[in-house]
Amino acid sequence: MGAQWMLAPFLALLLVAANADVAAQEKVIPVTAERFKFTPGVIEVKVGVPVVLELTTLDRKHGFQVPDLKIDETIEPGRVTHVRIVPDKAGTYDFHCTVFCGSGHEEMAGQIVVSP
Amino acid sequence: MNEPKGRREFMQLLGLGGVVFASGLAGACTNILRKSVAQEDDFFFVQLSDSHWGFKGPPNPEAANTLRQAVAAVNALPSAPDFVVFTGDLTHTTDDEAERRKRMREFKAIVADLKTPVQHYMPGEHDASLDWGKAYQENFGPTHYSFDYKGIHFAVLDNVSDPQAAIGDTQMDWLLADLKPLRPEAPIVVFTHRPLFDLAPAWDWATRDGSKAIDLLQHWKNVTVFYGHIHQEHHFRTGEIAHHAATSLIFPLPAPLSQPKRTPVPWDPAHPRRGLGFREISVDESRLALTLKQDSLEGVGAAQPAAASGG
Repeated sequence: MGAQWMLAPFLALLLVAANADVAAQEKVIPVTAERFKFTPGVIEVKVGVPVVLELTTLDRKHGFQVPDLKIDETIEPGRVTHVRIVPDKAGTYDFHCTVFCGSGHEEMAGQIVVSP
Repeated sequence: MNEPKGRREFMQLLGLGGVVFASGLAGACTNILRKSVAQEDDFFFVQLSDSHWGFKGPPNPEAANTLRQAVAAVNALPSAPDFVVFTGDLTHTTDDEAERRKRMREFKAIVADLKTPVQHYMPGEHDASLDWGKAYQENFGPTHYSFDYKGIHFAVLDNVSDPQAAIGDTQMDWLLADLKPLRPEAPIVVFTHRPLFDLAPAWDWATRDGSKAIDLLQHWKNVTVFYGHIHQEHHFRTGEIAHHAATSLIFPLPAPLSQPKRTPVPWDPAHPRRGLGFREISVDESRLALTLKQDSLEGVGAAQPAAASGG
């Protein structure tokens, strides 16, 4: 058995720019991280509609990684991390915390759902 | 010659229900059978992993006994291993620093019953990621180190003290300096907690800079990596490097990305220790062929009633 995600064809579904300037017309989705959850846990976006995820933490340092989309950010206390997404294909993409934060770290995860 | 004895023992291992996995430190692997240590100078060691001492929950209602059962099982092996290695997550994480140290002391008290005097340890993220390994080092010493044993170079890598699961440049420099004197064909065994390759990043089953370590290790021809973290056997190759994950001593986890979430395999009261166990690694006299044998705790517990009485 191998690493399944490596075997899956990589799809360049989204264009991402971390801490990108937030254009006035783009939708901003606040996402908070705290032990051991993201809020919202499911981030819903639409194909062709750019959005900016505004990542903040309510307690400590966390991570925000979407492996299939090559997004890998840290969320530092007192700072806002912006992640710009331009969805170009429908699908569901898992994200999770990458900074070990305690006994519920393994469950700290969510999904980006891109609808047509 | 000890070949007939080796074959008998091989069959005995199969008869006990153990799973034998032949692994090559090199391409030549003509004899995977364990022979008499005294006469052939081959040897074996035991890998235990992920006991998560202090864990309480439905995935293992017998968690207070499992580590003791494993210690008893290792002590009951027909011949004593040359050494024991424990590949991380000795304890289950806790925010309480005093409780963290208490769990480590309790863990040490339990494994003190191991009859094998030589023991090597390393942290998992549950031991070290909340305090950058401080409590671990107080109790167990350095988080990365190396040693030589009977012609094999062993290197222990720490990919957990950094809560972002990185080895880091300093340790990478140390690894290069540590390995540099070795000839290209030298047999090398690496112990670490997380997989060095990207097994399942979506489940955090990876090392942030693991590819750098693999690139470095690939300069040597006979490298094998043993790790834990994923609570199940898994065998994978990156180039010529073999990577072998171990079962845990607390609860099994599902196959990588086989379900939406990496929740533990539900506990089965009919088979309370299914999926739990440890591994024997036999090294032949060439030092280039390894035999991996998986020992389950499922039958061992029933045969070791005294071991189930702990709390």
